[in-house]
Amino acid sequence: MSPAQPSAPQRLQPRGPSWNRRAWNAGVLSACWLAAATVVLPLALIVWHLLAKGLPAMNLAFFLHMPKPVGEPGGGMANAIVGTLILVALGAAIAVPIGVGAGVWLSEYGRGRFASMVRYTADVLAGVPSIVVGVVAYGLVVVPMGRFSALAGGVALGILMLPTIVRSTEEVVRLVPRSYREAALALGAPRWRTIQQVVIPAASAGIVTATVLALARAAGETAPLLFTALGNRFWSLQLDQPMASLPVFIFDYARAPYEDWNRQAWTGALVLIMLVTLLSAVLRITLRRLPGRS
Amino acid sequence: MTLETPSIRTILPEGRRGETAPEARAGAGATTSAGAAAPAAHAPGAVEPRLVTRDFNLWYGTHQALKQVSLEVPDHSVTAIIGPSGCGKSTLLRSFNRMNDLIPGVRVRGSVRVSGLEVYAPSTDVVELRRRIGMVFQRPNPFPKSIFDNVAFGLRLLGLGNRTELEARVEDSLRHAALWDEVRDRLGKSALALSGGQQQRLCIARALAVEPEVLLMDEPASALDPTATARIEELVLDLKERYTIVMVTHNMQQAARVSDRTAFMLVGELIELGETRQLFTRPRQKLTEDYITGRFG
Repeated sequence: MSPAQPSAPQRLQPRGPSWNRRAWNAGVLSACWLAAATVVLPLALIVWHLLAKGLPAMNLAFFLHMPKPVGEPGGGMANAIVGTLILVALGAAIAVPIGVGAGVWLSEYGRGRFASMVRYTADVLAGVPSIVVGVVAYGLVVVPMGRFSALAGGVALGILMLPTIVRSTEEVVRLVPRSYREAALALGAPRWRTIQQVVIPAASAGIVTATVLALARAAGETAPLLFTALGNRFWSLQLDQPMASLPVFIFDYARAPYEDWNRQAWTGALVLIMLVTLLSAVLRITLRRLPGRS
Repeated sequence: MTLETPSIRTILPEGRRGETAPEARAGAGATTSAGAAAPAAHAPGAVEPRLVTRDFNLWYGTHQALKQVSLEVPDHSVTAIIGPSGCGKSTLLRSFNRMNDLIPGVRVRGSVRVSGLEVYAPSTDVVELRRRIGMVFQRPNPFPKSIFDNVAFGLRLLGLGNRTELEARVEDSLRHAALWDEVRDRLGKSALALSGGQQQRLCIARALAVEPEVLLMDEPASALDPTATARIEELVLDLKERYTIVMVTHNMQQAARVSDRTAFMLVGELIELGETRQLFTRPRQKLTEDYITGRFG
């Protein structure tokens, strides 16, 4: 494998690599390319499949109408779409303040045993299966309240989002240059104002990205909602009542023995993906519009 | 990052030039005994120099970075601190506004006084101290905010919320930092879009906005090209009319060009402090002579 030694000067004519070498190069390079392409494949397949199966049943009614009883054609998932938005918002209302707060604390002050414990706990929490989180929310909220509720679903989703937000916030806050902090402190800013007005704004892009990832994951969760928010075939915005959600609807409709429902399940899945994509796009664009960024 | 003193004591802005943010300073009613605490070295009635250190020592862990440093910086002058890398000049500069507190394991002994205030006294409010001492760093470090917000940062800290007054004072500071004409029509744009030299002048404007008593500059031109450096030097000469400036520099020509007094440091000790002209032409110490003639360093 060692490069050929240049011998006599008369052999200085350019010679490419050997045939053998070229074959290896082509082989390994194609293998790498194939692996890279495979990464794209699942998403491409999902999107293709969803568009093919979900698009035919997608119409305005799907967004505006309530589910129809079995046998009646048409109807939509208006309650599930709104329900998913509410449940994710509830989860975010719980997880974002706690997660960002904990992340900033870990990064700015987190030394010692308690901090390592928090980090370790967050990592373990990230690995807890979502159905187990659902059981926890069931025990924490559903049992004391005596019924399934949107609130319980929000708590379950919040717990799921928490570890991602904590650890990512810690990482991005740590990336804020020391010189920003020095500049603020030298101007006579107390530590808390330095963090609030300089460090967190400088890290905001990363914090939003982390939050979007967590929201996107939570929006698609079915298992933790099954025995917390439960699902609801009727219009309900009450947080102490069971609430419909897209993933649960998709789950129910996909298992049902009615062709009509199966079709709507595909459309529901397509809408869910669109919702998540839209959410992340909107958040990113808003962030870019913030003053002082160019 | 520890050591923020929790004390909220307000320090009397003794001997301040001009009025600054009256509503913010309104709380400074209690008079501290700044005058009474003046060191014995100064006769009663005589004005203490703006900045005084007496037998000041500083350790990073077990490494002693400053040894028995005693110096005085008179009002409305530029003092340059020169010396080879690692001689403690930046450490000394950062001792004046306690920026060294941010480094774990720092210990000090001795006295530093700014406007009669004992910097390392337990009762000293570090936040208030830093408001009275502006600092410009080696690398321009504007916040990732708009030009306006950068300059307004310190004013807002003082509680100045009135838009008209903020605008007036931002303009004022930018003029003093010789940057106004270049940025007047893009105050809302990001500060990070400015050139390095402009960013450094913006940092100077940001420090000047709160009208500090002392301006500390840590090699303010070392990351800039010669043209930008010349502008900063001109600016320093202008600013000394209103401020007391201490500047660390690697560049002996720069010290000679802009400073009134020069301090030469070597491995943590202050070797010589004198009028710049005298120090560069007739140094009293052999070590100073060796350094300025390029025999080492």
